[in-house]
Amino acid sequence: MIGTGILKGMAVTARNFVGSYFDKERLVTVQYPEERNPLPENYRNFPFLIYDGEDSHAGLRCVACKICEKECPPQCIYIVKSEDKKPDYMGKPQFYPKVFDIDISVCMSCQICVEVCPFEAIKMDKDFELSSRERFNHLLLDKDQLAKSNAYYHKIHPIEAASVDKNLADAVAAAEAKKKAAAEAAAKAAAAANAHQHLPAPQHCEPATKATTESTSAPTNASPIPNASSNDGTSAAR
Amino acid sequence: MTATVQTLEVMERPPISMGSRLEGELLEVSMGPQHPSTHGVFRMNVALEGEIVRKLKPVFGYLHRNHEKIGENTSYLGSMPYTDRLDYFCSMTNNWAYALSVEKLAGIEVPERAEFLRIILAELTRLQNHASLLGFLLNDMGAWGTPLMYAFREREKILDLFESLSGSRMMCDYMRFGGCRVDAGPEWLAHAKKIVDVFPCFVDELEQLVVGNEVVIARTQNVGNLSPELAMSAGITGPMLRACGVNYDVRKVDGYGFYPRFKFRIPLGEHGDTYDRLMMRVLEMRESVGILKQAFEQIPAGPIINPKVKLRAFRPPVGEAYGRIEAPKGELGFYLISDGGPNPYRYRVRPPSFINLTVLEDLCLGHTVADVMVILGSIDIVMGEVDR
Repeated sequence: MIGTGILKGMAVTARNFVGSYFDKERLVTVQYPEERNPLPENYRNFPFLIYDGEDSHAGLRCVACKICEKECPPQCIYIVKSEDKKPDYMGKPQFYPKVFDIDISVCMSCQICVEVCPFEAIKMDKDFELSSRERFNHLLLDKDQLAKSNAYYHKIHPIEAASVDKNLADAVAAAEAKKKAAAEAAAKAAAAANAHQHLPAPQHCEPATKATTESTSAPTNASPIPNASSNDGTSAAR
Repeated sequence: MTATVQTLEVMERPPISMGSRLEGELLEVSMGPQHPSTHGVFRMNVALEGEIVRKLKPVFGYLHRNHEKIGENTSYLGSMPYTDRLDYFCSMTNNWAYALSVEKLAGIEVPERAEFLRIILAELTRLQNHASLLGFLLNDMGAWGTPLMYAFREREKILDLFESLSGSRMMCDYMRFGGCRVDAGPEWLAHAKKIVDVFPCFVDELEQLVVGNEVVIARTQNVGNLSPELAMSAGITGPMLRACGVNYDVRKVDGYGFYPRFKFRIPLGEHGDTYDRLMMRVLEMRESVGILKQAFEQIPAGPIINPKVKLRAFRPPVGEAYGRIEAPKGELGFYLISDGGPNPYRYRVRPPSFINLTVLEDLCLGHTVADVMVILGSIDIVMGEVDR
């Protein structure tokens, strides 16, 4: 009989309509500004820079190695390296970015900058309410706007942040152990040299710094990690 | 839709015959690019006689973004997020096709778990693509909104899965050369399994809504018939080819990934009309559910990425490779030529919906202008892929 197919279809819509009054599962609309779905742990939006501690300048992990700038597919990152150095989280003097801009109107949230960063310095944010009334430059974020604390990172990505912190702590511990071993070896060598003849060797500095550089690379699984502060390192990333 | 009458000099206008049939001239209608039924910025110049289509010229390029040239100027890894933007409904399969061709080029092995994850995600993509396509197609037929919203409700569940795994609903950027980026935890797999288990309920509901509906039958059966000969000579692939009864599925023909380990059938149509193309999607969804169930049972533990593959400074050896997969819309292929540098020398995409669109005129001739929308909807195009 003609029309039965349509009636069958109408029965489906009626079932959905009536069901929405009884079945919570069928009420799929979220009244957005008032209600919000929780964002999943892996959610990513735009990158930000992490700093340890309270001071966004002193604790900034970024060492201006420019790897992310080179790997960024839409090239939305702009970095100018500083002339002077500041100590990083392991106390080793490192360069820092004098300028670090991300144009998030160009950024396509691909997370490649996060994956290639050997220093765990750039991570993905979850903030998506970024509209502005300004017409120009408002979505061009500078270093001060990008820098966010490690505590904030823990808040938005708890599992990931915990593993990153563990890796960094392991790296520091490994570096310290190496430093200690190197210092002991140097002291022993110095003592031996002293026993033979004088030669007071403050040589232990060199192996110690080497050890720290190696262990900086330890927390990441990215392949060959260049010494970020040197120029050959950055050119190797090309 | 703007209509322009072909300009003819008043003097040259042929006299109106007083016979049984009125003689008229062809009316040229420019449909699109801002028409909602053209699925994006697609334009058709249609010459109509009355409301019968006599000529049809597709016009595209409004969404051209230089995808292939960008691919030649960025690193191999840098092209991966751009492939998400080709067919933005199916970013997972785009990722897979690109990763597959680079893996062919560089001879990279993929761990077992990663292969399973890829199959799971590709089949989930097929489910959500076909579901939303059916919604759009019914929308084009005038079933305003309702089936589309039902389809989007289901699609949203799958997109939530993608979001919790990869971090983004549509621009997943999930696969890497030699594996996948993030491992799926047991909760994720359990959640996905639950969604897949109830998915057939939605397919049943959709079938009740559509199959046997007199309006759908009147609008689709014997509309836009495509002969198998024309389909094969035009290089049509995917559900559109199988709707003509040609048994060709890259999953079976190439057996890429771990598909040979799975049991599934290829649904085939008989008439090659719009109705067959519509039902092909319904049947494929049922087969995909079967593949997913097998994959959830068999997925092994292990690494998800080949540790030998470098993320940065990735340089495949000199050579060329063509990797292709069965994307939801048809055969999606990436052709890469490497000169040993960090960027591909040539980067070419074989987009299924672009090639499926080439037979649009043959399908539409002799049908009414309202059928053009339905035929276009059944081809399943996404302009991001057509224009690149």
